[in-house]
Amino acid sequence: MTQRIKFYQTGTFTIGNRLLDAEKRTVQATLDRSNSLTSGHRACQGCGEALGARSVVDAAMRAANNRLIAVNATGCLEVFSTPYPESSWQLPWVHSLFGNAPAVATGVMAALRAKGRDDVRVLAQGGDGGTVDIGFGCLSGMFERNDDVLYVCYDNEAYMNTGVQRSSRTPPAARTATTPAVGDPAGNVFGQGKNPALIAMAHGIPYVATASVADLHDLEAKVMTAMAVHGARYIHVHVPCPLGWGAQPRDTIRLARLAVETGLFPLFAAEHGEVIDTTPIRDKRPVAEYLEPQRRFAHLFRPERNDEALASIQRIADRNIEKFGLLG
Amino acid sequence: MFQVRIHGRGGQGVVSAAEILSVAAFLEGEHAQAFPSFGSERMGAPVVAFCRIDDKEIRLREPVMAPDALIVQDPTLLHQVDLFSGLDTRGYLLINTTRSYRDLGLGDYVTRFPPHHICTVAATEWAREYVGRPVPNAALLGAFAAVTRRVKLESVEAAIREKFPGKIGDGNARAAAKAYDSIRTN
Amino acid sequence: MLKQVEGSFAVAEAIALCRPEVICAYPITAQTHIVERLSALVRAGELGNCQYINVESEFAALSVAIGASAAGARAYTATSSQGLLFMTEAVYNAAGLGLPIVMTIGNRAIGAPINIWNDHSDSMALRDAGWIQFHAETNQEAVDLHIQAFRLAERLSVPVMVCEDGFILTHAYERVDIPSREQVDAYLPPFEPVQVLDPSDPITMGAMVGPEAFAEVRYLAHHKHLQALDVIPEHAAEFARVFGRDSGGLIQPYRCEGAEMVIVALGSVLGTIKDVVDEMRDDGDTVGAVKIVSFRPFPMQALRAVLENAKRVVVVEKCLADGLGGIVVGSVRMALRGLSMPIHTIIAGLGGRAITKASLRRAFDAAAADKLDDPHFLDLDREVVNRELARTRERRRSGPIAENILREIGLVGGKPV
Repeated sequence: MTQRIKFYQTGTFTIGNRLLDAEKRTVQATLDRSNSLTSGHRACQGCGEALGARSVVDAAMRAANNRLIAVNATGCLEVFSTPYPESSWQLPWVHSLFGNAPAVATGVMAALRAKGRDDVRVLAQGGDGGTVDIGFGCLSGMFERNDDVLYVCYDNEAYMNTGVQRSSRTPPAARTATTPAVGDPAGNVFGQGKNPALIAMAHGIPYVATASVADLHDLEAKVMTAMAVHGARYIHVHVPCPLGWGAQPRDTIRLARLAVETGLFPLFAAEHGEVIDTTPIRDKRPVAEYLEPQRRFAHLFRPERNDEALASIQRIADRNIEKFGLLG
Repeated sequence: MFQVRIHGRGGQGVVSAAEILSVAAFLEGEHAQAFPSFGSERMGAPVVAFCRIDDKEIRLREPVMAPDALIVQDPTLLHQVDLFSGLDTRGYLLINTTRSYRDLGLGDYVTRFPPHHICTVAATEWAREYVGRPVPNAALLGAFAAVTRRVKLESVEAAIREKFPGKIGDGNARAAAKAYDSIRTN
Repeated sequence: MLKQVEGSFAVAEAIALCRPEVICAYPITAQTHIVERLSALVRAGELGNCQYINVESEFAALSVAIGASAAGARAYTATSSQGLLFMTEAVYNAAGLGLPIVMTIGNRAIGAPINIWNDHSDSMALRDAGWIQFHAETNQEAVDLHIQAFRLAERLSVPVMVCEDGFILTHAYERVDIPSREQVDAYLPPFEPVQVLDPSDPITMGAMVGPEAFAEVRYLAHHKHLQALDVIPEHAAEFARVFGRDSGGLIQPYRCEGAEMVIVALGSVLGTIKDVVDEMRDDGDTVGAVKIVSFRPFPMQALRAVLENAKRVVVVEKCLADGLGGIVVGSVRMALRGLSMPIHTIIAGLGGRAITKASLRRAFDAAAADKLDDPHFLDLDREVVNRELARTRERRRSGPIAENILREIGLVGGKPV
């Protein structure tokens, strides 16, 4: 019986990689990776998105034999990676507008098809604001047409680049600049939420997955799987933002892991609308352990513990665990 | 310049009639302009279309306000819309009906016109017979050719066939020819 | 080859001849027939590898064109009115990125009130977005301008919008000479991008530019438009050589020699204006007309050269700047600065109201006699306006203006409020 062993790693030189066979190592572990998002960009210390994007793009480049074009929405990634006159991108890269990355990617794909360049692949990237809010119409259109684009959303759960305003991905109770921690309820409302991965599945597209910077192996593997097929594909990556979440930069990976281990951010993959893989929770943690280190949830703990809100959030986590069978 | 105004209801092929007429004139080497009046289109609503024919470039873009020929595809419009506005007594008048002008309440009105400028056309009936659908435009165009002599029947038939391929085109062309013949023999 | 066809059909044929590689379409009146015809041509395999993408909004349509053009493909889309506004962000973006996209605008009024008929409010709203803007007088000119547009766009790396009056041109059947493929190929070379997304030579497009460089980037866009003032006549001359007819250019004067009064306008209304000019000339008035074909870049010098000896200028516009009056007239005045002839504005055809020879003649005669109010609203029903004003003065909750007026003129059931 084979045993799945996961080595939690944060970069190229940790022990986990060296113990793996060469072909199981991450792309980030290899010296000949394309390094498409190279150093020198202006991301904050501990930026989950920079880490995620680096892994995603290099993996996609590997899968595409370095023939990849990237389309980026407006947002943190776009801004910190292209501070004029510099650019961190070592692949062809275009930024148009906030809400149109999926459509621009469709256009790039169409151009390549018109020119018979089926060897070149297209990757679209955006944050939660650009993807799930303002870009949603274009995203759905791209899905519906099954355009051959891999869209990756880096979800840090708010409009971070403009100063931490609430998006449709902001979790309940979170404090943002437009959902301040005052009044009742304090912070973001307990609303319906919007789950773009499930919505992508409802479009029946060839591949949908969620991933986290807590598990870069899994993230890269999902990118490789996505790139092995054609049609519309969507990967939703959870990326902590130390600044926006009010957390320590050094806690980025730990928080990402806690989000997974509490059940608040389930990891799964789906093909044509059916879940085909879930990542079981190795060590279930209570939501409070995840929430307390983040100042955006400080009002749930101080001056008094808001047990009711915490219980509601715990219920969300438990529902996810049940829905996706995360406890085996 | 020869100006035609065509009245009817949405679904009766009024706009197509103007277009076909313009193609017929084009086939004879003339300049022609056809366009609809731009009311909201829906089945049954009053529709007007215009066609201008000239031996030189047509630059004018206003609706036809003083038609040389008026074609009425639906007589139920008679008392609802000001159909005859601008029609000079030297002009031509064709109405799609099996009734007489007297029965339509226009007996006195048509006495102002030269008798050979006026006709009624059983266009819907001919359309039913030759096309299987009550779209009267083709027959009316055949009658138009006969009454005004502004275009030849052959041009009308060719234009019809250009617009409607196959059996539909043939049927419409026959309806036009039938209407033409019935006028010519009267 | 001479054909008697609908304007939209002719434009579609012209686009097809230009060997587009990516066409993206979102339907809106009055452009629908163009994109429908193009989809049929693509499906029939007549456009080679051309990709036709049905998008979910106009914003998506131009965005697809942006992506396609950035990846080196000749891209085309079409829209009108509300659609043009919905893609406004992308319109500026395409110009700012320097992408040679060609777009047809089937000119249509912008709501509210919603109106599907022709005027120029849509293209006027985007006049300073950085696109070159052509206006066609006839369907022949629409065909010709689209062909010239691709060449110009790609030569200068700037997007071009070709405007033609919705319904009046798009839905009119008239005689058009559709060029041959050989002619178009002789005139329009394959697309050679100035910048392109290419894995073998990666570049970054669309970086953020701060105060330290933004002004220079914008100046260079302005410079391109100034360059276009020379390139447009050049290309029009080359067009005449290849296709055998004069079409396009910056402006086209009509009977302006010795004209004391000159009428200035854009688009299809020039046809009616020329008929009025002929009649007035027959009656002994020295009148002429000037068609502005290139509204952007605005042909300041060319216009001045034609108008500077006129004693009176009348600008006929299909657009209105609330509280101000005409839009085109402002630029005409700029062109004629320092000169003192009276310059009149006639606002006509808003929302598709027919512009008649008779009304224009009356207005031109009044202008000649210095008896024209300014701006003059052609065929405005003052009584209806005054009744509505009285209604609003009388009652706070006087109801929606549009509905009140429609009831007033009998188009909506029920009594006026």
